Amino acid sequence: MKKASALKLSLIALGVLATAGVTATTAIAAKTDDGITAKTMTDALHTVMAADRKIYTKLIISRLAKKEKVITASEHWKDEKALVLPAQMFRYASEEVAKKKPSFSYKLLSEWPINKQNAPKTKAEKEGLKFIAANPGKNYYTEEKLGKKKYFTAVYADTAVSPACVSCHNDHKDTPRSDFKLGEVMGGVVIRVPLK
Amino acid sequence: MAKKSNKQYWIIWGALSVLVAAYLTYGLLEKASATQPLMAEGRLMLLPGHTTHAHHQIELACESCHTEAFGGGELIQEACVSCHAEELELGDDSHPASKFDDPSNVERLEVLDAQQCITCHVEHKPDITNPMGVTLPQDFCAHCHSGEDEMPPDHKDFGFGGCTEAGCHNYHDNRALYEDFLVKHSTKPWLLDEPQLPKRAFAEAAMEMMMPYPMDQYPLEPLSAEQHDAPSSMSVDPKVHADWLASSHAKNGVNCSACHVNQDPETAGEMVGQWIEKPDHTGCQSCHDKEIKGFLAGKHGSPIAQGLAPMTPAKARLPMKSDVHDTALTCSTCHDSHKPDTRKAAVESCMSCHNDEHTLAYKASPHFKLWQDEIAGKAPAGSGVSCASCHMPRVDVETEEGSRMMVQHNQNDTLRPNEKMIRPVCMSCHGLGFSIDALADPALIKNNFNGKPAKHVDSIDMAVAKDLEARQKREEEKRKRAEQASEEVSAEAEGSTVAEEYEEDFDEYN
Ligand code: HEC
Repeated sequence: MKKASALKLSLIALGVLATAGVTATTAIAAKTDDGITAKTMTDALHTVMAADRKIYTKLIISRLAKKEKVITASEHWKDEKALVLPAQMFRYASEEVAKKKPSFSYKLLSEWPINKQNAPKTKAEKEGLKFIAANPGKNYYTEEKLGKKKYFTAVYADTAVSPACVSCHNDHKDTPRSDFKLGEVMGGVVIRVPLK
Repeated sequence: MAKKSNKQYWIIWGALSVLVAAYLTYGLLEKASATQPLMAEGRLMLLPGHTTHAHHQIELACESCHTEAFGGGELIQEACVSCHAEELELGDDSHPASKFDDPSNVERLEVLDAQQCITCHVEHKPDITNPMGVTLPQDFCAHCHSGEDEMPPDHKDFGFGGCTEAGCHNYHDNRALYEDFLVKHSTKPWLLDEPQLPKRAFAEAAMEMMMPYPMDQYPLEPLSAEQHDAPSSMSVDPKVHADWLASSHAKNGVNCSACHVNQDPETAGEMVGQWIEKPDHTGCQSCHDKEIKGFLAGKHGSPIAQGLAPMTPAKARLPMKSDVHDTALTCSTCHDSHKPDTRKAAVESCMSCHNDEHTLAYKASPHFKLWQDEIAGKAPAGSGVSCASCHMPRVDVETEEGSRMMVQHNQNDTLRPNEKMIRPVCMSCHGLGFSIDALADPALIKNNFNGKPAKHVDSIDMAVAKDLEARQKREEEKRKRAEQASEEVSAEAEGSTVAEEYEEDFDEYN
């Protein structure tokens, strides 16, 4: 009984998402090879990523480096015997995922990157980052062609969820922007799914 | 009549052709040909061109890279990775293939496929091979790193060819060259107050069980003459016996069987076999696994690792002494089996073969003076600088059990590009700036560091200037923000402080 109602709920949820997808732009209706809409897939992936990212920053970085001050966080974590930065944690995981050759890829970018390699490259990335910064609370979805392949590309806001985000970025010597505030958009997570 | 003799010639010609074809086919298809002197020539004839300095000593082991006859680029890539992946990872490779997996790199990869080793390192092309085995023109960095976004303002007057030549950047290993590292070590003098190389710690590592070691069978206790465990049926050479008894092996409980009976390195110390009269490197392996691994990865041991006859000075491309041309390189070539004297192995062994300018200049160098003082007992351990101090240095390595000090027997690990030597070696005694300058001065390297660098690499100065500028800018912005904030606070009179927000962060999870 319990199982059945759970199933029903998720079907409804899927239905809602699907209807949302169909009524929105064609990009949103795009389907992956397996038939679920690309948007459903990227949205779900992003939920997990954002939660992991938030928890790591709060429970590890904020707690140990900022509050308890027992260890520092540094991009040179190996040399400095320090904690891995949240953005690095995110990238290492993304590279680990890529090794498994799954049907998606993701990364963290910003219009104001500390690390220049995190600057947007493609047109969709540039437009997506602009859009999420100008429209707080909204995600950006589009389709793009890279090389010979077509992709569904989603961009989700990466916001300053903790004071640690703000202080570290604003004080970093390589940051091109130093007036971030708590709750503001600092960059975006780009998730891509190849389309047929 | 004439017709008949013609026919004879045809038959002889035909037979010879078949023979030559058979000879070459054998060379092509049969790896065993590589180890048979007569047959190896056949293999050699089929080489499409000699390989680089990195691979020439194993170039007859075609199968090591060409794992299948009709394999494509993927198989070659797998072969590269199977030998080089670990060192690239340990070197914090700045351009790992994984960096380019993201689809947004397609355009870049179309310009230069950075996911394939052979994009930059093509083998068998001696005519176009540059230093470090690079077969691209030296401005390859500029394919991706050019334009305003990629080139910082302080680089705008630099040419395209010099990125890796000037002592500033490497493509793979930048552990000693990245900006924050340069800044952090910018103020160190040319010679540190307490120059000190890492000390030997093999016995300690065995005792602390930081590595597999057959401690039960061979406890670290001195053995007496009577305690030797060679079979009683054997007549033991008195000199061999005396040498062993005086060696650090006998003093630390390493009995005859430890080397002369094969031990299973997996289950350290378990004997698996008969008495071996002349043990090869596998005899050393159950105690010195990491050292052997290094040896087999380097120029001295890689032919053995690839199933070829051991390296000899005759096969080297560097100048070697003529009287040792045919000496086979195994562990016991440098380490006399029954008199394993590491001091001899650290200098005399090297100099008995190597005959280039750098080697020949060593005995006139300040490093050698320090070495003499150390072995004469006039200076503390770790203050002398031998050949091995730099080319086979003691380094800390991770083991499954933790970490331990080992001698890196892969002579290439700290060489090529020579900036790889800075952190594990030079910086034990010298400041970073001096080390970078010294290694960028070819004349100084030739005379074995007899003098000071003639050249100065600007990288540290540039990094410090950039760092200072950035910090000042941040300070200025911070001051402005604080001013603004205090205005806002006095206007609002309340609002949560950063500290309170931290508390809120944690409450959520408590
Ligand atoms: C201790 C310092 C520190 C903290 C805390 C921190 N960051 Fe970063 N962040 C960095 C550094 C350094 C980079 C560049 C890392 C890299 O890619 O090499 C970075 C990268 C990023 C990027 C990619 C663009 C760029 O700047 O290179 C985003 C977006 C980002 N951080 C957002 C955040 C958010 C949001 C938080 C809080 C959840 C956060 N950061 C916490 C230091 C920090």
